[in-house]
Amino acid sequence: MKKESGGSALIRALADENVDLLFGYPGGAALHIYDAIYQQDKVQHILVRHEQAAVHAADGYARATGKVGTVLVTSGPGATNAITGIATAYMDSIPLVVISGQVASHLIGTDAFQETDMMGISRPIVKHSFLIQSPEEIPEVVKKAFIIAKTGKPGPVVIDVPKDMTDPNHLFDYQYPKDIKMRSYSAPSEVEESNVDEAVSLLEKAKKPVLYAGGGIIQGNASEELKKLAKIMNAPVTNTLMGLGAFPATHENFIGMLGMHGTYEANMAMHEADLIFALGSRFDDRTTNNPQKYSLNAKKIHLDCDYGSIEKIINVDVSLNGDAKKILNQILNKIDPKNINKASIDLWNNEILNWRETHGLNHDLLDKKFHQKQILPQQVIQSLYKSTNGKAFITSDVGQHQMFAAQYYKFDEPRKWINSGGLGTMGFGLPSAMGVKFAFPDEDVVCVTGEGSIQMCIQELSTCMQYGLPVKIINLNNRALGMVKQWQDMQYGGRYSSILYEDSLPDFVKLAESYGHVGMKVEDISELEERMDECISMKDKLVFMDVYVDPDEHVYPMLEAGGNMSEMRVSKTKNTF
Amino acid sequence: MSHISILMENQPGALSRVVGLFSQRGYNIDSLSVAPTNDSSLSRLTMVVKEEESVISQILKQLNKVIDVVEVQNLSDIESVSLEIAIVKLKITEKEAKKIIESAFPVVGEIINHKDEFVMIKLIGSNHEVDNFLLSLNKQKFLEVTRSGLLGMGKGENFLISESETTIEY
Repeated sequence: MKKESGGSALIRALADENVDLLFGYPGGAALHIYDAIYQQDKVQHILVRHEQAAVHAADGYARATGKVGTVLVTSGPGATNAITGIATAYMDSIPLVVISGQVASHLIGTDAFQETDMMGISRPIVKHSFLIQSPEEIPEVVKKAFIIAKTGKPGPVVIDVPKDMTDPNHLFDYQYPKDIKMRSYSAPSEVEESNVDEAVSLLEKAKKPVLYAGGGIIQGNASEELKKLAKIMNAPVTNTLMGLGAFPATHENFIGMLGMHGTYEANMAMHEADLIFALGSRFDDRTTNNPQKYSLNAKKIHLDCDYGSIEKIINVDVSLNGDAKKILNQILNKIDPKNINKASIDLWNNEILNWRETHGLNHDLLDKKFHQKQILPQQVIQSLYKSTNGKAFITSDVGQHQMFAAQYYKFDEPRKWINSGGLGTMGFGLPSAMGVKFAFPDEDVVCVTGEGSIQMCIQELSTCMQYGLPVKIINLNNRALGMVKQWQDMQYGGRYSSILYEDSLPDFVKLAESYGHVGMKVEDISELEERMDECISMKDKLVFMDVYVDPDEHVYPMLEAGGNMSEMRVSKTKNTF
Repeated sequence: MSHISILMENQPGALSRVVGLFSQRGYNIDSLSVAPTNDSSLSRLTMVVKEEESVISQILKQLNKVIDVVEVQNLSDIESVSLEIAIVKLKITEKEAKKIIESAFPVVGEIINHKDEFVMIKLIGSNHEVDNFLLSLNKQKFLEVTRSGLLGMGKGENFLISESETTIEY
């Protein structure tokens, strides 16, 4: 049996967990660990340019693959820089293991150089965290960390490692545990059969059902089961922002994303439904509007792996706590197609179709297309969809461009849409695209961003050069912080407080070129499609496509704050209330 | 008001995870008491929370999700006993102290220390009884008080003990 030090045991344990990529940034407290990385070849370390990007890259990797993303940072500023990334993963329930160096145990609490209380500052944004107290416990802690990160409701786990725990001179017998004992952690219990029966009975009685699916269906790999249920019932399906791709966007039963910037027909359907089946979605405030006025006539069924998400915001008639795939299969086994109200549901689908024809996504856009000179941001996404045949992995940052991407790129498969839905982290797009590209080097990976967001992690253009990551960056450049501007237009009398750059934006083409990448600028609608094809066709180059879009465009529909799900603004001049 | 008992790992940081949950989600803790149990790897924590029923149900769910928490019991939902221990320091003679203790019923009191002109009395009673007793004390002579927070335990077969360890393989 080969003896290991704490540092080499840590890396060997990652290899035993089949970790192939470790995103990180070295520093004093992590030096022993970095030396151990150098002396092996199973785990490849990816050097980013900022720790936030390391976490986002691991996060993108985890979202695209379904595996656990792994990060290594040093103590102090390394750890604090990782915090935004950890919070992002926590809010979207992404499985990560984040290893942070820490000052030596005897220095903890003395305000030592690069000391920060990582256990303390990360506590509210992790599923769990460990402070290594002896080198010998490292293999077991790593094992526990991976189990906790990926089972139940997934989430980030921090392992804080004081420098003396990785001392290369302290050797011990290494053994990776096959199983571990945790009396305080267990997989979710089986759902009660009577709850499944009640759910089936409500589904069979429904005349105006909506299947409202979220990220939990993607994380729970339950898309196929959802499709089967939709088919049996011929029921309309809406996805949350996190759930896009859980149900195919080009499927005839798909009614679009719901919520704050959801489609008119999806929000109307939620308001008028007589049954809402929430699947791996958590009645987040962006999807309910005012909970007091939320879908008052609908019975509600809530399936979620997190017991704590059930009845947190909306009371439900039936709760199904557990694994989505398993529970959906139980439902599929019990539901009788003969009992479905086929005629009523047909009428319901027609009603939804009428809504789509009244205020559907393209309605307002089509009017504009004929009169405009400038490129509309929606057209850029439509063009991107065409050029990539709807097959690309799309990562996004946060703001108007994110909503346009969510509305206009039709995701047909899970794990293709990678965005920070819960925390809404600007700067997420480019590093998460790197993580996706590492996992899927032969696929198109596109970061849809804005000139605001991209500048929050733009230093990663250098990482992309070092590792040869030909991702595509589509920059919807409206020369302003667009979503903030939209709110200032709508609610603050057009007083543009701190959203303009006053001619200080860089020349993104030259900037990309200075990193060794390809830059292009597109200003004219007539050249958009051709340039987009050209951009996507450069398979071995990172292309930064800076597209100048109409700076006055708003994202619609938009739920009216405090209202119910039917109260929307559908354009600058039209609303439904 | 709810009276909640928690069995948790006696690990560094475990208490801050439980307490942190309350500040993080905007719940208020009225009283809190924590100490290791006969099994030194476990701590038992008892707390009083003044929140509405729906909030209590959410608190119980969130507590169950904390990895270091082994078992949670809502003592308010079952038959249970509860009591509080307080120590008060008064500037009185021992004779006066004995009189106070005699009149303290239903609170049970006992002199535990007498030094200089100060007497310390140990009190045991319900939360409410201890409140009333403290209110009744002469403010001039009343110097200091420390209270344990409400302790509690389920009656009969309502145990709060750790079940056998879960072994997870994958």
